[in-house]
Amino acid sequence: MLGMLVLTVCFICSIAFGVANISPQTIIQSFTTYDASSQQHLIIQTARLPRALIAATVGASLAVAGALMQGITRNPLASPSIFGINAGAAFFIVISSAFFGVSGLSAFASLAFVGAAFTATLVYVLGSIGNDGLTPLKITLAGSALTAFFSSLSLGVLLTGGQTFDQVLYWFVGSVAGRDMSIYEAAAPFMLFALIGAFFLARHMNVLALGDDIAVGLGQKTIYIKLIAGILIVLLAGGSVSMAGPIAFIGIIIPHLVRYMVGIDYRWLIPYCAIYGGILLLAADIGSRYIAFPKEVPVGVMTAILGIPFFVYIARQGGRS
Amino acid sequence: MTAIQAKNLTLAYGQKPIFAELDLAIPKGKITVFIGSNGCGKSTLLRSLARLLKPQGGAIMLDGSEIAKLSSKEVARRLAILPQGPIAPEGLTVHQLVKQGRYPYQSWLQQWSHEDEKQVSRALEATHMDEFSARSVDSLSGGQRQRAWIAMTLAQNTQTILLDEPTTYLDMTHQIEILDLLFELNEREQRTIVMVLHDINLACRYAHHIVAVKDGLIHAQGEPESVMNERLIQEVFDLKCQVATDPIFGTPMCIPYGKGRRLSPETRKTPIGAL
Repeated sequence: MLGMLVLTVCFICSIAFGVANISPQTIIQSFTTYDASSQQHLIIQTARLPRALIAATVGASLAVAGALMQGITRNPLASPSIFGINAGAAFFIVISSAFFGVSGLSAFASLAFVGAAFTATLVYVLGSIGNDGLTPLKITLAGSALTAFFSSLSLGVLLTGGQTFDQVLYWFVGSVAGRDMSIYEAAAPFMLFALIGAFFLARHMNVLALGDDIAVGLGQKTIYIKLIAGILIVLLAGGSVSMAGPIAFIGIIIPHLVRYMVGIDYRWLIPYCAIYGGILLLAADIGSRYIAFPKEVPVGVMTAILGIPFFVYIARQGGRS
Repeated sequence: MTAIQAKNLTLAYGQKPIFAELDLAIPKGKITVFIGSNGCGKSTLLRSLARLLKPQGGAIMLDGSEIAKLSSKEVARRLAILPQGPIAPEGLTVHQLVKQGRYPYQSWLQQWSHEDEKQVSRALEATHMDEFSARSVDSLSGGQRQRAWIAMTLAQNTQTILLDEPTTYLDMTHQIEILDLLFELNEREQRTIVMVLHDINLACRYAHHIVAVKDGLIHAQGEPESVMNERLIQEVFDLKCQVATDPIFGTPMCIPYGKGRRLSPETRKTPIGAL
């Protein structure tokens, strides 16, 4: 309940505060009586609203994807990026802009999603080879290997390309700014669908968390549950990377934070992750507007600054496995 | 009466064959114990009986119907398996763990019933885990932890319970505690219990039926009293021993040869057991 309230407050703040100072009345007017000739109305409706929506949705999706990922890999440090999602998205963008001259955030959004889905599928298939099926170790290995592979290819192309890749570099940091509503509208339905799906998967994730043998012994068809979880992760994290580029650490920080708060029952974990993930990214995005005011810092940098100390703390606590 | 029957069972891990065309019958309402040396395949056999390992050939019958043709949840309502050394996620409480045992009874429509609640508290009571139900599993001692997992399998409320080395890594007190619990369960409710044990003497004490496994074959099976002798231990474990009678229970007791201190009655200052 408190979480919902904080989320709402953050959402409103995200719309209200920024480099341009806009009064509350003007903000409300931009919703009720929109005036296309007013620059302030324009800022609210085409810049700040999509930005707030993207931050909330991406934050929620990354946190839930992280929780699912940690569940199926049984590794508390797993995040969606272990599926190779960010590296795959980046690779597709780099290749297309280097060899096919693709540019623009909208084009990048679709490419990122395709790249993310492609790599995740590859990781999934590689991780499932062998008669013991998809094991946490194999999926982590396959993911790390493919991440390293695609990242080095992307860097290689970037360094030898000899062209200017400003746009690509900017995308690489991850940001929720400068996206228009069409990018949001394209991916959001899939992500909302996946968020709801994750909530329904929660009961099965609780059983899977006890280990494969126990889950099969209890009558679970673990292959299907892992497959569904994999698809949801691709929709959530792939959608996120397509909207905002690679944003680090939310997928790790939030599930851990929420586990301290509500325990490890996925039926609580999933909705709380969604709410607090949304809060964190909205807050980080608001912070990114002020930390080097009046210049904006990409939000990907903000989450990394927030995330690294936390990551070290978690690692020191020891990933028991 | 047969609870589980393996017909022509062929098992393999990858390309490595383990059992070929094996036939085995597990008696209903009895305690059956698999014994054998490390790596002889007894765990593999147990896992396959619980459909955790798919056979390359042959069939497993559970109460007369083929296990591969039953739905996995249907099997889970008739047969529970506790694999070796299960690990609970950090922070999971005993109560949350035991509740998962009701998974095979739940569906979209039927989420949590009165019956589920009843079976969970029954399982907690039977294992004397009710006082620990709010504790997290990883904070418990080895014996309590194992009891928590057994409580989860009991909550499944199945006629047949399979356990892979339920007493490994436990001290003697906790070993006896776990085996007593399973023995009572069999006595009181006639549940069929199948387990892998390493301690031959405890196997002889608690089992009605012993299955000795060696190199992918069933070397001998039957009542401990009729199966257990020096030759069997020699052949199955490659160990010289003398089989005596347990002075308390009258069941066979295996005393291995080997090295060690040897006391003769004359050199012994106090007779053993005189204190």
